Amino acid sequence: MTVPIHYARPIPPPLPIPVIELTDIRKVYKAGSLEVEALRGISLRIDEGEFVAIMGPSGSGKSTLMHILGCLDVATSGRYQLAGEDVGDLSELDLAEIRNRRIGFVFQQFNLLPSLSAWRNVELPLCYAGVPRAERKARAIETLTRVGLGDRIAHRPGELSGGQQSRVALARALVNRPALLLADEPTGALDSHSTNDVLDVFAGLHEQGHTIVLITHEEDVAERAERIIRLRDGLIESESGVLA
Amino acid sequence: MSWIETLRTSLDAIRSHRLRSALTVLGILIGIAAVILTVGLGEGAQAQVTSEINALGTNLLVVTPGSTTSSSGVRGGSGSASTLTVSDATALASHTVAPDVAAVAPTTSRSESLTNGSTNWTTSVVGSTPSWLTVRARTVSEGRFLTEQDETGDAAVAVIGSSTAQELFGGVDPVGRTFTVNSLPFTVVGVLASAGSSSQTNEDDQAIVPISTAADRLFGGTTRTAVQSIYLEATSSDTLSAAYQEADQELLNTHHITNPASADFSIASQQSLLSTATSVTQTLTVLLGGIAAISLLVGGIGVMNIMLVSVTERIREIGLRKALGASPPVIRRQFLVEAALLGLTGGILGALVGIAVAVLLPHFISATVTVSPLAAIGSIVTAICIGIVFGVYPASRAAKLAPIDALRSE
Repeated sequence: MTVPIHYARPIPPPLPIPVIELTDIRKVYKAGSLEVEALRGISLRIDEGEFVAIMGPSGSGKSTLMHILGCLDVATSGRYQLAGEDVGDLSELDLAEIRNRRIGFVFQQFNLLPSLSAWRNVELPLCYAGVPRAERKARAIETLTRVGLGDRIAHRPGELSGGQQSRVALARALVNRPALLLADEPTGALDSHSTNDVLDVFAGLHEQGHTIVLITHEEDVAERAERIIRLRDGLIESESGVLA
Repeated sequence: MSWIETLRTSLDAIRSHRLRSALTVLGILIGIAAVILTVGLGEGAQAQVTSEINALGTNLLVVTPGSTTSSSGVRGGSGSASTLTVSDATALASHTVAPDVAAVAPTTSRSESLTNGSTNWTTSVVGSTPSWLTVRARTVSEGRFLTEQDETGDAAVAVIGSSTAQELFGGVDPVGRTFTVNSLPFTVVGVLASAGSSSQTNEDDQAIVPISTAADRLFGGTTRTAVQSIYLEATSSDTLSAAYQEADQELLNTHHITNPASADFSIASQQSLLSTATSVTQTLTVLLGGIAAISLLVGGIGVMNIMLVSVTERIREIGLRKALGASPPVIRRQFLVEAALLGLTGGILGALVGIAVAVLLPHFISATVTVSPLAAIGSIVTAICIGIVFGVYPASRAAKLAPIDALRSE
């Protein structure tokens, strides 16, 4: 495994476009004899540098889609190409590496480890990438500074506000310079002030060239994105914004 | 992820659940300490028995009376008869009869109360011959041992052990002083050098008197010529079995016994005493060790239990780590290292506690505990292995969790 050397560079190394290409993705959950079709044929293309919001009512399949995009879950059928690579062919080990290097995930509940300080939380993906300790700490602090938390690196999640926790989660998603930043309702647990702060950070990242996919059910959050994809009953209902 | 990194993560996890980790470690600790102590007690007992038997003398054979059959056909138990006499001992001492026997010491003993003025002390009074000293491999620290003249003259003289001297005469030099047994005054002619063993049957607490004096003037009775045992010293360790044969043959002859199976005496060698005693203590060690091993097993199951609870409780954390790029082998390794660390900590602490108790225990009970470094290191290694063996199942469960299922669980 090679480690990127020019880590201070804000823009990830160029990848073959598109970043995401979904072809007729279906996902069926089995609960006993009952089969629930969460996704019923999603085809989607997201290019490098795009800022996409996925909207939809609960049960529309947006979380399922997000988990498949993040390689946390595998589609029942269909083809998912991440940066030109067919994810369906990959082993559990390869998937772990993809999650580690290509994808940064911001969870709705942030999922920070309460026993670790902010920078120790942020360095976790670098631990799994095999980055040496000194470099990990430097990069974690640098990333925390980028999201405006440079003065809170030693605080534990319990000592941080909701907005600050979401920034720690964001810094953790960014620290390994992923090709794709996925955020599952990152503002769901925040007040309007913190929401704006966090969205400003996302906008800044977008300007720096990051590819961002964000799930939300709030219109004003979605409007910060370039393109809005609306899901209903496991299908794409409508798309707005520019298609590259 | 490097091993050092895995170790750090595992240490973090252990530290963040202090109480639970401490209780798990306690389970292993008790098991390991129990194993070390029981094995140590067993080895200590064995060493003690061995030194006691070696303290009897070197190249030693012990003849004891066997069972007798009364005129009505009732057979007594071993040692019940008074079939051995001083004349048997005299016969065995003959170099023509038993050339490989170097020295013979018949003994008869009885517990008596020794009185010196207002001080009295109950100890065993042993009647024997001058050769007792060499046969039993003892030396005299003060005065002299019994002589042939004492023997033939029924002299009322005694050689006492160092403990007996202390109890009866305090710090005063006992040589030349007298004590009375059953109102018969004995003059102390010598004091035995300390046997130096921490044996239960105190070799330093006894009074040796001429066997003739004991028989004629002290014990009396119809069986006064009978002896309780005859100690034989072979000329060397090579001639021990020859000496055994000669003594056996001679006693069969003098006792007019044609069938060796109905012999009214038995001869035991030091080696046979040793192996009997050793097998007894070994059985005891195995038994105690088995019980300790069970407690270790329970400790191991405790580790598994805690690790399973830990996996269930940290299911979200595992999911998160997987989402951040931890592969199944990395997760498995983390939980294995965690279990091994608990085992290692329990093992080291258990060894320390075991050794500490082993050092303290002899002050409270009369037992010797021998802790070998091998046992200590072995038990620590065992503890780590227990951690790993009982950690494998929880760790593989953690590794197999699908990241999304782990993240979704509440």
